[in-house]
Amino acid sequence: MGEKKTKIVKTIKIDADLCNGCRACEVICSAFHATPKYSSNNPARSRIRVIRDPLRDVYVPVYAGEYTASECMGRDKYVIDGKEYDECAFCRASCPSRDLFKEPDSGLPLKCDMCEDDPPQEEPLCVQWCITDALTYEEREEEVEEEVEQEEMEIGLEALADKFGLDKIMDTVARMSMKD
Amino acid sequence: MRYAETGFNLEIDLTRGNIERVETDPRDTELYLGGLGTNAKILWDRVPPEVEPFSPENLLIFSAGLLCGTPATGCNRTIVSTISPQTELMAFSMMGGFWAPELKYAGYDKVIFRGKSPNLVYLWINNDKVEIRDASHLQGKGAIETAELIQDELNEPKAQVAAIGLAGENRIYYASIEQGRSSASRLGVGAVMGDKGIKAIAVRGTKDINVAEPAEFIELCNEVLEYIKFRNENPIPGVMTILKGLGSPQEMATHDEKWHTENFMWGNARVRRRDFWNEEIAKEWKETMESMQTRLISCYNCPMKCGATITPTGQPTYMMKCFSKLTYTMAAMSDLEFGFKIAGLAQEYGVDGYSTPQVMAFALELYENGILTDDDFPGMPSDNEGRFYWLLDRIVRREGIGDVLANGTYWAAQQIGKGAEEYAHNTIKKHEQLPLKLSMLNPVYFLMYSTGEKINITQIEGQFPQAPYPKREHREAFVKDWFQVPDEKFKQYFLDWEPRGENSNPYYPTVQMSCDIVDWQERMHYIDDALGMCSGLSSFPLKPPYHMHNYPKFISAGAGIEMDEDKLTQAAKRYRTLVRAINIRRGMRRKDEKPPEDHWKKRFPELEKELLDTYYKLKGWNNDGIPTKESLHELGLDYVSEDFVERGILSDDEGTLSEETSTETEKK
Repeated sequence: MGEKKTKIVKTIKIDADLCNGCRACEVICSAFHATPKYSSNNPARSRIRVIRDPLRDVYVPVYAGEYTASECMGRDKYVIDGKEYDECAFCRASCPSRDLFKEPDSGLPLKCDMCEDDPPQEEPLCVQWCITDALTYEEREEEVEEEVEQEEMEIGLEALADKFGLDKIMDTVARMSMKD
Repeated sequence: MRYAETGFNLEIDLTRGNIERVETDPRDTELYLGGLGTNAKILWDRVPPEVEPFSPENLLIFSAGLLCGTPATGCNRTIVSTISPQTELMAFSMMGGFWAPELKYAGYDKVIFRGKSPNLVYLWINNDKVEIRDASHLQGKGAIETAELIQDELNEPKAQVAAIGLAGENRIYYASIEQGRSSASRLGVGAVMGDKGIKAIAVRGTKDINVAEPAEFIELCNEVLEYIKFRNENPIPGVMTILKGLGSPQEMATHDEKWHTENFMWGNARVRRRDFWNEEIAKEWKETMESMQTRLISCYNCPMKCGATITPTGQPTYMMKCFSKLTYTMAAMSDLEFGFKIAGLAQEYGVDGYSTPQVMAFALELYENGILTDDDFPGMPSDNEGRFYWLLDRIVRREGIGDVLANGTYWAAQQIGKGAEEYAHNTIKKHEQLPLKLSMLNPVYFLMYSTGEKINITQIEGQFPQAPYPKREHREAFVKDWFQVPDEKFKQYFLDWEPRGENSNPYYPTVQMSCDIVDWQERMHYIDDALGMCSGLSSFPLKPPYHMHNYPKFISAGAGIEMDEDKLTQAAKRYRTLVRAINIRRGMRRKDEKPPEDHWKKRFPELEKELLDTYYKLKGWNNDGIPTKESLHELGLDYVSEDFVERGILSDDEGTLSEETSTETEKK
């Protein structure tokens, strides 16, 4: 059993009903992450994108999450209140299936870092610039149990044990050591 | 390195199908800023006055403003410039939306079309790859429909598309260019686009826009955002609802239309319905609005929600903004539901929401008065609303009487004759105006209507309150935090302005004050149009976040051009004068500078003459409205005066021809 620890959970709450589709979040995100800071902007580099289809009343601000090397086995498509959303619209991954969340020139993946800064920003920039309040920021502390860190081999063995059972592993190890 | 701008234009020769990427001269940016300013320079240099609007020699320029694509809030406008088929003068119509920033991200400041395509085409700009593509399959398609079809066939949902509908293809003199929630609709820019055979321009860009001084620039942007928040929380007291806040008038969020419906004119800008608004109508219109409207929406990088998505029963969804909410309703003496329905159709056809309803009401007035007869309207339904739908259809197809009406009230009246001219009573410089008919002459508005070359009052007015506050204490409260004034004297002008008595219209504001006020208001609009800023955050509303004091800093930090208030004033004056020069060269004179005869009931010819004389002088124009050699020289526009002298518009020695000779020339 590990110790109890507190961690800060940073959440951007997205109220899609309040989104006016202006994309100010994309502008300021890409400007903040430019080098030097604010020296340029380019929504194609933004780590937040608004999936926007005004004639169908679709407004979904999506944040860049983890990079994934391969796409999912299938795709999803949501229909909510009669509105059909793009394939994978709510997914945050920088994924081979789409051009979202990749540097336009190098193709390198982009990921939202909650505007880590020194001194720290009060709120991520996209939230600061969304004065229609579609994006709001919440921070809370959460108690988590710190897990005892396992070694790499142990993780691997545990997976094998789950699959084949511990006895079979021990047999195999014994057999392998006899061969030597 | 170029800052804020990309430094490149696209030159498209439609006749030969040639595309070139041309680097621009940074000195022009310094002199004319960008957007409207540099558009005017190009039109002056390349479109001589002999060129007809529908000639291949006419240019059609789509320009992003200088600061479009930077983080400056609300800076998203496309300035479309050409020669207008309706006024035969320079047209500069503008649109917000998402197109201009996308063009900048693709790496261009302007797209300049010349020539004519032999068949209907569209332009596809995808960063460095630019193609002219066949559009024959899009012929006759609606403007909004076209945008969707193009996005689909390119598989580029993020492409921004500006397109014309059937009206543009058929060269209706008040055809618009539509782009999602926005349109460039005044002065027939859509007709020129159709004449050139361009159905649409689709653009997609994924490049950076740089600013010169990042930290300074972003701080300015943050101040603007903070002030917008402040203004949203602190509406201005004592003025009507739509003037309290920022943005273009919040027509999509406003239910109470008592003021518009009882003060603006109905039908062909003639009938005032003083007791129109009542509880029943208020309830009915509110229900219409709530049942058809889905969401309030914005342009690129702007928190103001001036537009809305509207879905009339049984019709496709479209996006509407501002006063087109009421123009069809009031022209047809109908209700809001009808207004929303026909406006959706009109937008697909791509026609101007101000001129179109008025042209139709004008036609029906001619019919009622026997100037047009049943023979002119074969098959027209007998019900009022049905007639408007029928007329709209004839106009955009140029069928029968529609072919005449398609040229607007002025030209239609000329063609119809039989006294029809009397009915085309609401135009300035041949272009239909808002249906306003008032009692007492307002000297400030007299000047704006007379001398405005954007030919739309909403593109000239702003900043200075439209009417005085009754009580001095309220006026004092108003001026207290009025830091936007370029000079303290404007506060005094307002403090002393009374609704009645000696210090009231038409003799107060005095002639000199009126000239100052108009000059300030106009200057702010011209700056907006060069930077690509929406007037809804700058020149139009009271106490806006952008003003004469922070604009120079925005230009310095954004574009890296050293700027102060004097230099900016001078630059704005330079290209404002150039716009006038283009029109003067095309024949515009003092005689053209007048509001509709019936705009005010009480007129004051002597005062009006003095107003115009004094304003011309302030602007550096002679008594015929022509910029003098001296003032042109001061603005570095000697090339204009040389041209004027060569054409006999100005004389070589004293700068201007004597009045006699000028009248002589006019008579020819």
